[in-house]
Amino acid sequence: MTPVHVTAEVLASKRIGAHQHLTLVAPGVGERFRPGSFVAVSVGSAAERWHLARRAFWIHQVRPLGGYAATVTLVVEPRGPGSRWLAARQRGDTVEVTGPLGGRAFALPKEPVPVLLVGEGYAAAPLFTLAERLRERDCPVSLVLGAADEAHLLSALEARRIARSVTVVTGDGSVGARGTVPDVLPEALRRSGAAVVYAAGSTPTLHAAALAAEEHGAWSQVALEQQTTCGTGLCLGCPVPVVGEEGVARTARACVDGPVLRGDRVRWGDLR
Amino acid sequence: MTVTVAGLVLASPVMVASGCAGTGRELAGYAPLSTYGAVVTRSITRDPRPGAQVPGIAETPAGLVHATGLPNPGLDGFLATELPWLLTEGARVVVSVVARELGEYAEVARRLATAPGVSAVEVNLAQPDAVAAGVLDVREPFHVGAAVSAVLRELPRGVPVLAKLRPDTVRVAEAVKVAADAGAAAVVLGGALPAALPDGRDAGLSGPAVRPLALRCVADARRALDAAGATCDVVASGGIVTPQDARAFLDLGAVAVQVGSALLHDPTTAARLATALSTPEVTP
Repeated sequence: MTPVHVTAEVLASKRIGAHQHLTLVAPGVGERFRPGSFVAVSVGSAAERWHLARRAFWIHQVRPLGGYAATVTLVVEPRGPGSRWLAARQRGDTVEVTGPLGGRAFALPKEPVPVLLVGEGYAAAPLFTLAERLRERDCPVSLVLGAADEAHLLSALEARRIARSVTVVTGDGSVGARGTVPDVLPEALRRSGAAVVYAAGSTPTLHAAALAAEEHGAWSQVALEQQTTCGTGLCLGCPVPVVGEEGVARTARACVDGPVLRGDRVRWGDLR
Repeated sequence: MTVTVAGLVLASPVMVASGCAGTGRELAGYAPLSTYGAVVTRSITRDPRPGAQVPGIAETPAGLVHATGLPNPGLDGFLATELPWLLTEGARVVVSVVARELGEYAEVARRLATAPGVSAVEVNLAQPDAVAAGVLDVREPFHVGAAVSAVLRELPRGVPVLAKLRPDTVRVAEAVKVAADAGAAAVVLGGALPAALPDGRDAGLSGPAVRPLALRCVADARRALDAAGATCDVVASGGIVTPQDARAFLDLGAVAVQVGSALLHDPTTAARLATALSTPEVTP
């Protein structure tokens, strides 16, 4: 997965709930993508270089659109100055993008085993293309989608199309059950009989997914959202404490050694 | 456009600064490593270091504040895996070293002296969080001289020493003269400025925010070296992004430039700069 650095053009920008779905023409990025890979985006005018750190976004979708073979869609939740700037880009604007990034994307099972996908808020973005790849391998896909409220819930309708069973949970009960993702995990795992849990969300949710998977005797693959400075592996600034081969404690880089790691490999207690 | 830096003939005046190329592999995907005049490795220590366990980089206007804790595989690990790989990729390798005390600087240099393919050694005397990182805290110019001598003494002829110094505008003239007297073939100005992360941890500040300071240091360093009749070269670093930035430093007497934090923002910066500087400037 050799990344490229390109000036991407915004092809479409659509507000859905609390998120801005941004579709980019980024030649070379979509073609090389795998579920779980991400892009690093520069914020602000290239001439000013006021914001030196880059912002990482999961690749949500890659599809042909408007005559382009592989447009890339990102889900942006405007929260800080970087995401607000990106969410405000209009059709025709340009953004500097590096991608697809990530040394390890989601690993797919060799056998058609049942799988459980766990996503929270905008971070559930990479799970939809993952579900498609898993379905192509005849894996029965179950999905847990959670968010604070309906506006922050990602594509529940789309979820029902790609998954055999969908559990929706929101903090305020505006859609689905009231509660958090960890609340519904044990039951979802039992019902799905999953052999692999794929999780994308906040650190506590990923930790809960890794623990639930372990109790259930399943493998887990967690997509970490660490704050990235470069996203490319150059800056050495996104340490993730892990247990390496032979049980030795090591420090991995979230961007190039991840972003997807085996849940049982992460030293969750030391992760900040 | 070849240049002579510290007696070495380099293919380009654009070098990759220490600590901003990962292991080198992460940068190689964007342009062949032979594109650069040299690749300066992250600072290598005698023993392996895991680096900081908590994220230690924060954005600040036009800059980055960083305290990554010098993660590196240690000298043995570096010589066994990273150095051979960099050489097969065609990189000119300058090894950055940092140590706790002078004896350790000498020990590291002694082992580097027998490693094939090391073009030069850059002695990191600019670690902005030296005390927190547990390495030699270079406060006085005589520390610079002592460390440069300790390393130079162990290296064979033909492997020059570059001294990377703090961009301390007050004492830069004194520091570069001491470095030159001790035998440094070049000084690199400058490293990150001592700063603090928002939570108060010791850190360094890099990026375009420090460029005016670096520019002043390079100007003062060149003047001081010329006045002392020293042949020592000046290599510039500090927030260089555009060809105009690089030319400003070269015009002040720097023989080469190092690109660091700009690579974290755009990994193609140094390669673009090398291309831009290899074509003569067109005056309209």
